[in-house]
Amino acid sequence: MKKFNRSFWFMLSASLLLVLVFFFPIWKIILQAPQYPNGIGFYIWIDHMSGITPNALENINLLNHYVGMEKIIPESFPELTYFPFVIGGLILLGLIASWMNKPKAILTWILIVVVLGGLGIYDFYQWEYVYGHNLNPMAPISIPGMSYQPPLIGTKKLLNFTAISMPATGTIIFVVSTVLAMLAWFFSKKDKKSLT
Amino acid sequence: MKLKSFSMINLAMISVVLLVSCNGNKQSGGALGTSDAASQVYVAPGTYDEFYSFLSGGFSGQLSVYGLPSGRLFKVIDVFSQDPQTGYGYSEETKPMLETTHGFLPWGDAHHPELSQTDGVPDGRWIFINDNNSPRVARIDLTTFETAEILELPNSAGNHSSPFTTQNTDYIVAGTRFSVPVPQTDMPIENYKGNFKGALSFIKVDPETGRMHIAFQILMPGWDFDLAHSGKGPSDGWTFFSSYNTEEANSLLEINASQRDKDFIAAINWKKAEEYVAQGKAHEMPGKHFDCTYNEKTHTASNELRETVQVLIPEECPGLVYLLPTPKSPHGVDVDPSGEYIIGSGKLSADVTAHSFSKMMKAIENKSFDGEAYGMPILKYDEVLAGVVKSGGLGPLHTEFDDKGNGYTSFFISSEVVKWKVGTWEVLDRAPSYYSIGHLSIPGGDSRKPWGKYLLMLNKITKDRFLPTGPELCQSCQLYDISGDKMKLLLDFPTIGEPHYGQSIPADIIMKNSKKIYKLEENENEFAVKGEGETKVIRNGNRVDVYITTIRSHFAPDNIEGVRMGDKVYFHVTNIEQDWDIPHGFAMMGNNTSELLIMPGQTKTTVWEPEMPGVFPFYCSDFCSALHQEMQGYVRVSAAGANTPLRWWTGSAPVEE
Repeated sequence: MKKFNRSFWFMLSASLLLVLVFFFPIWKIILQAPQYPNGIGFYIWIDHMSGITPNALENINLLNHYVGMEKIIPESFPELTYFPFVIGGLILLGLIASWMNKPKAILTWILIVVVLGGLGIYDFYQWEYVYGHNLNPMAPISIPGMSYQPPLIGTKKLLNFTAISMPATGTIIFVVSTVLAMLAWFFSKKDKKSLT
Repeated sequence: MKLKSFSMINLAMISVVLLVSCNGNKQSGGALGTSDAASQVYVAPGTYDEFYSFLSGGFSGQLSVYGLPSGRLFKVIDVFSQDPQTGYGYSEETKPMLETTHGFLPWGDAHHPELSQTDGVPDGRWIFINDNNSPRVARIDLTTFETAEILELPNSAGNHSSPFTTQNTDYIVAGTRFSVPVPQTDMPIENYKGNFKGALSFIKVDPETGRMHIAFQILMPGWDFDLAHSGKGPSDGWTFFSSYNTEEANSLLEINASQRDKDFIAAINWKKAEEYVAQGKAHEMPGKHFDCTYNEKTHTASNELRETVQVLIPEECPGLVYLLPTPKSPHGVDVDPSGEYIIGSGKLSADVTAHSFSKMMKAIENKSFDGEAYGMPILKYDEVLAGVVKSGGLGPLHTEFDDKGNGYTSFFISSEVVKWKVGTWEVLDRAPSYYSIGHLSIPGGDSRKPWGKYLLMLNKITKDRFLPTGPELCQSCQLYDISGDKMKLLLDFPTIGEPHYGQSIPADIIMKNSKKIYKLEENENEFAVKGEGETKVIRNGNRVDVYITTIRSHFAPDNIEGVRMGDKVYFHVTNIEQDWDIPHGFAMMGNNTSELLIMPGQTKTTVWEPEMPGVFPFYCSDFCSALHQEMQGYVRVSAAGANTPLRWWTGSAPVEE
C-alpha cells in the first residue's frame, strides 16, 4: 500500500518531468539594438545551441568580432556533450528514489539536483566571464576598461546592445521538478510519521 | 437711407464671403479638410502602409513599388533597363535577361503592371509587365521583388495591349499596337492595307513555376490593338481587345485613323482557340523569340531561342472572333467585377460605351450581324449595347471599379475622373486630375474583388504642382479617397519615369511572403564560395577568375597581385552574410561596367579590364557597417608579360598559385 502513495507519485513525476528538459531550451540570451528591433538571440539547450531566428548565432559572432570576442562555437563546449548524461542520470536516480520512497532518498536526490543546478549556473557564469573578458587586443573597437560579460539573469547595457539573459522553459521544468520532489519529501516524511 | 443701403451692401458682401467660403470648403477641403486629408495619408514612422502599389516606370523601363496611402517609394524593380546601381544587365549573371532577337537591349518601355489572379482576385504571386517598344512581357516574383522571366513576342510591334490576365492567370494576353508584315519582310509601306497584320498573343503561364510560353497567336488584320481585358465570372473564356485604325492607315494616323465613326472591340473566345489548336488548326510559323529566365538558386539568368509559334487565322476558325462596334477609336476596354459589362472608352468621344456580355452571347446565337470584316462577324451595335455613360467630359481612356457597383473613368482631355453607376450609367461625381490623367487605378479595380478604398490618378503632366526642376518635370500620382459618396483628394506624389499604369494590393497578401535573405547553402552559382576558406584566384590564359567574399567588414581576398595588362578579371563576389538587410557593394576603380550590389547569400560577377599598370583599389559601395570605410582592397596590375606571381590574401600570409 505504501508503495503507491502520494510521495511516490510526486517523486515519480519529479523525475519523469526531467525528460522534457531534452525538448526545451534551458536558457536564452537576447541582444537588442536599434538595428535589431526584435532582438537577436539564441537558446542554450542541454546538448546544443540554436538561434531564435535563422543564423542568429553566426550573426552574433559577426557583431562580437568588432569588440574582439571569441566566436561562440557550440561544439567547443564539453558541457553540451555530457549534460544529457547528467540529466539522464538524474532521471535514473529520481526513479530509484521514488521506488525507495524514503524521505532520506528523496532528500538526497533534491540535494543532488540543487548542487548540480548551482554548479551549472556557476559554470554558465564562468563561460560568460571568459567570453566577456577574453578579448582580442587587435579588435577594431577597443574601449579601455570595457568588458562584454552578459548578465547571469536580467539585463545589462553593453555598448549599443542591451543584453538580456533569462532562464527558458527547461529551467522552469527543473524548478517545477524540484518543487515536486520537495512535496514528495514532505509527504513521505508525513506519511512515515503517521505510520509510526 | 444712406446708412441702410450701406448695410445692405455690407450684408450682401458678407453673404458672398460666406458662400465663397462654403464653396471653398466643399472644393478643396479648407483648412480643416486639409488636416483631415493629412491624417488619412499619414503613416506614422515605423508603421506600414495598407497597400503595396506597383507603378510602372513607363520610359524608365522599370517597375516601382510604393506604399498607399503614404505615396512612399520603397524599391525600383529592374525589369527592361540596365541599372548600374544593382548591376542588373551589367553583371555577367543578369546580361542574358536582356537578350532579344534584336540583340542585347539596354532599355524598354514598361507600361502595364498586372498582378496574377486566382479566381479573379489578385493573389500576390507574380506581377507581369510589358515592354511596349520591343515586344516583351516580364514576370516579377513577389517573394524577391526581382524579375524572374522576360519573354519576347514575335510578329508583334508595339506591345501595348499587354499583359492582361485571365481570371486564373491561365493566360497573359499581349496584342500589338503597331501592325507589321508577318513574317517580317522588306515591303513598301504603302502596301500596308491588307498586308500588315496584328498579332494577338496568348501566353500560357505555368501555375506552379510561372514559366511562360506563347500558346498561340491570333493573326488579326492590320489594325492597332490598343488595350485588352479578359472576361471574368460568366464571361471567363473571352478576352476583349480594343482597336483603332481599322481604316488601316499607315501615315498621319491622327487624321487618317480617326475617320470612321466606330472601330472595334474584338471579342476572342480563347477556349475556342484552345479547341482549334488541339484540332491542329494552328499554323506553325517562323517566329524567333527569346525566353530569358532568372534562376534564384544559381543567381544566374539564361535564355533560350524559340524558333516558331502557333498561329490561328480567324477566317479559318469560325466562332473565334466577334467584333463589337465601338465609337471613336476606343482606347481602354474594361470588364466590370460581375463580368457582364464590357466598357469601351472612345478616346475622341464624350461618352463611355457599355456592351453587355449576355446580349453579345444572344446576338451571336441569333446571328445578329452587321456584315463582317476579314471573315469576322461584326455584331449589331444596338444588339450588344447595354448603355452609354453621358459623361460630360471629353476623351475617356480607362475604367476601373469599386466594390459598391460604381465605375470610374479617366478623361485625358478634360483632365478628370468621372464616377458613374454600373447598370444605370448615371454620373454620380467627378474629380479633377492635375493634369491630364492617363490610367487610373483602384486596388483590385480590374478584378472580381476591388478593395474600393482609394483611387490613384496617374498623371502625365504636373506643370505647377511641385517645385520646378527646369524644363523636365516629374509625372505624378494623385490619391483620392473613394470610400464615401464623393471622391476626396488626399495626396499628390511624384513618381519615377512615367507612372503609366499601376496596380495595388493589400500589403498583408504580399509582405508575409517577402524573402529576407538568400540561403547561402542553397547558392548554386557556378562561381560561388561558401566561406572565406574557399576563396581563390585562378588564371586561365588571359582570364583571371577572382572568387571573392564579402562579410562585415572586409573582402577575402582583399590584396591581389599578378594581374597583367590584357587580362580580363572576373570578380565573382559572394556575399556570405546571412543577416537581413546587409547587402554589400563592389566597386572597382575605373571599371567600365557598373558596381555590383549583392544581397546576403547571393553571387554576382563583374568583369574588369585594366587600362594601365599600377595598383588599383576596390571597395564596398553599400554602407554596411561601422567599418564600412575600411572595407577595401587592392589589385596590382603589372605590364603584359611581367612575371609578378599570382598571389592573394586577407590579413594573413599570401596564398600563391
